[in-house]
Amino acid sequence: MLLAILSGFLIAICLLFLGKQLKGNLPLAVSILPITLFVYFCTFLPGIGEGQTFFQHIPWIPSMGIHLDFKLDGLSLLFSLLITGIGSLVFLYSSSYLKGHIYIGRFYGYLCVFMASMLGVVLSDNLLVLFVFWELTAISSFFLIGFNNDNEASRKSSLLAWAITGGGGFFLMAGFILIGNVSGTYSLQEMLSSSELLKSHFLYAIMLFLIFAGAFTKSAQFPFHFWLPGAMKAPTPVSAYLHSATMVKAGIYLIARFTPILGNHPYWNNTLLIVGGITMVYGAFHSIFRIDLKGILAYSTISALGILVFLLGIGTHDALLAASVFILVHAFYKAGLFLIAGVIDHETGTRDVSQLAGLRKVMAPLAIAGGLAALSSAGIPLTLSFVSKDLIYEATLNSGNSALLFTLIAILTNIFLSYSGYLAGIKPFVGSLPAKFSEVHLPSGFMWLPPLFLGLGGLLFGLFPSLLDSSLIQPVIHAMGANDTVVSLKLWHGFNTVLMLSALTIVCGIILYLILKPSLKRLNAIGKLDSFSPQTIFMSLAKGTKFIALRYTKFMHNGFLRSYLTKIIFFLVCLIGYYLIRNVDIQLYTDKHTAISMYEAIVFSIMIVAIFTIVFSPSRFVAIISLSVMGYCMCLFFVYYGAPDLAMTQFTIDTLTTVLFVLVLLKLPPYLRIKDKAAQVRDGFLAGAFGILISVIALQVLNEPTNKNISRFYADNAYLLGKGKNVVNVILVDFRGYDTLVEITVLTIAAIGVYSMLKIQSSEIE
Amino acid sequence: MELLFVVLIGVLYGTGIYLMLRRSMVKLLVGLLLLGNGANLLIFLLGDLVKGNPPVISPDSSVFTAVYADPIPQSLILTAIVISFGLQSFAIILLKKVYLATGSDNLDDLNTHDLDI
Repeated sequence: MLLAILSGFLIAICLLFLGKQLKGNLPLAVSILPITLFVYFCTFLPGIGEGQTFFQHIPWIPSMGIHLDFKLDGLSLLFSLLITGIGSLVFLYSSSYLKGHIYIGRFYGYLCVFMASMLGVVLSDNLLVLFVFWELTAISSFFLIGFNNDNEASRKSSLLAWAITGGGGFFLMAGFILIGNVSGTYSLQEMLSSSELLKSHFLYAIMLFLIFAGAFTKSAQFPFHFWLPGAMKAPTPVSAYLHSATMVKAGIYLIARFTPILGNHPYWNNTLLIVGGITMVYGAFHSIFRIDLKGILAYSTISALGILVFLLGIGTHDALLAASVFILVHAFYKAGLFLIAGVIDHETGTRDVSQLAGLRKVMAPLAIAGGLAALSSAGIPLTLSFVSKDLIYEATLNSGNSALLFTLIAILTNIFLSYSGYLAGIKPFVGSLPAKFSEVHLPSGFMWLPPLFLGLGGLLFGLFPSLLDSSLIQPVIHAMGANDTVVSLKLWHGFNTVLMLSALTIVCGIILYLILKPSLKRLNAIGKLDSFSPQTIFMSLAKGTKFIALRYTKFMHNGFLRSYLTKIIFFLVCLIGYYLIRNVDIQLYTDKHTAISMYEAIVFSIMIVAIFTIVFSPSRFVAIISLSVMGYCMCLFFVYYGAPDLAMTQFTIDTLTTVLFVLVLLKLPPYLRIKDKAAQVRDGFLAGAFGILISVIALQVLNEPTNKNISRFYADNAYLLGKGKNVVNVILVDFRGYDTLVEITVLTIAAIGVYSMLKIQSSEIE
Repeated sequence: MELLFVVLIGVLYGTGIYLMLRRSMVKLLVGLLLLGNGANLLIFLLGDLVKGNPPVISPDSSVFTAVYADPIPQSLILTAIVISFGLQSFAIILLKKVYLATGSDNLDDLNTHDLDI
């Protein structure tokens, strides 16, 4: 399984190098990958049907409990087959759709990465590994939406999609870590046994919030749905693949996967019911106002995802069964409709359904595919979708207290959805052919065969649903925790309420189609609601964040040294000052202090005067001279307190510095004097506070006895080991000789710097 | 005497910071020097003050017989003084060159902002 996942990444890397050689043959050569993987996953069908589960364990970071654990059960297999199956069709389709595109190699690279990461998501058993793949799908989706990177709207949409799904990813990671910590394992398989522990934990609601935030953003649930219509800026095969059949279902997969672990709790069920319910009605309602083919499909996809969340929210075995079948059905007809929309767009140059008509005359096979997909979407008998719709109604009818309400909104959603299905699958092909489309012809088989294939597939499984029940669907719902259910799918259930409801849906959909014609006017009418939509709110939030970030940067990172310094010192004073006041008992012991003699007091006074002259003198010359006075005072202190070496060094260096200063700086422009009383007072206050802080700290440190061990070692051994009697010198040139060597090197570098700067002619600087 | 030193250290740190907050480049450098001296003095103080007894072993002995000033702060400060001289000489020449290029002692004249670019 590891190889199956990694092969996509490997091929994507190979494309980097081989892309040039393969040229025109590249798409077909790469398409071998998903087809091979599809066949590979098909070989698991018999085993899975018998109830087996396949594991692969590869240690990765054992110390943190992160392993490359892969598990293939019914749920994973269903998604793997969708990913590779739809993937095969999309790979083939794109070879014609993007024929001759200059970045076709890049496109296939992204697709391979996406497919591999998506397989990683559905096969990983370790939560953290799952998260890595989860983010990789978002990254590849970002690149694919922005594939037409010369188009501004494309770039904006890809950023928006990235912001929403990536933001959700953060929550998801937090949720995974929380769950991992509470249950003590990151393995989904092992977590199954700590389900009760997790559900009774006091952080259960937080876990749900975090997991749902990740799943709902990925699966475009209200109020995060708006990135999905924007994502339609991607090339159509991408929309079919990522934004309808697979990636957006990753959130559904996650919820399904967690159903046996976190599910069956009022919080869980109610959240899913509310969010899914709102999303399915909202998306379906919006879809009937669109006139762009892909817009219609985007909103109906949102609605379908809402239905799935809603069904998982009901959580009964019936509902889980309905959800698993609907995942399959939706992939069949929605991917088909997308691919058809792509062909129409490719050949006629428009996706406006109010203009499209009569195309059956020029694209007969596509019209059949469109008809099949539309019928499938409406749930006409004989299609698999009919079976699925029955199951949905059965699930809502048997859902207990709110059965009536649930059934009503399900019917409403399905009516709208069948209307939008007709609009996308039938409307472009019926009626009379406008003159401008008379030159339109059928594209290469790679483009019209895949949707036809999907349509026929829906029909085949509709006629023989028993092909699916025990082999695929039963293991799926077993993986969701319904262990003892035996699934038997039937096309015909006899005359009952469910059939009545199905018929009602179909009839209402047709009536709606006959009376409601797509028009720009209605699109504009619904556009007026945009100012209240979650997208507008999100965008203004994003704007606000940007604004705050700009202000923050301007304040904290404005490029002025003094402003950085002010902030650093300010926080230092506040933090340390607060700590000193709160936690340190400030005391002063003067008994151990040495006495102050007369000459010391005099030197001290001179030094203080010199320092303040430096600060306040209007003349640079005076300031520099005062600086040297201060230095000499330091020398005197060193002399008094037993440091002749220091005194000598300080004296030499101070003299040199003063000479250098005077020589070089006398020719500078007038001393900069800026009269800004407020700033001076503010800085003076801050600097004073800092000085006092340092003094207080120094006083407190003095109360502690000094540790003399190291000094004693040097003093004892200076003569014995170093053969020198001046301990300071012995330390510098003997005990710490290497330090001194490095110091000399530093000085040399500084000297080279000075020398080379002097060499630069001022004309060169200009 | 420790009290005087403590006051001196506070004054050196305070004035150093104050000068570094000015806009003049020369003041920035002088502020840095004051701060450095303050740090030296702080290290010196924390090694305990010992009056008139340098850490030099008397000629007729191989070990100390009387109290002696702590040699470690002294060697640290010695290093610091020498290094700071490297910094000073480099900075002074740099200032000179900057002045020749910009004709100003004002730090703000050197600033470029992302917004300006």
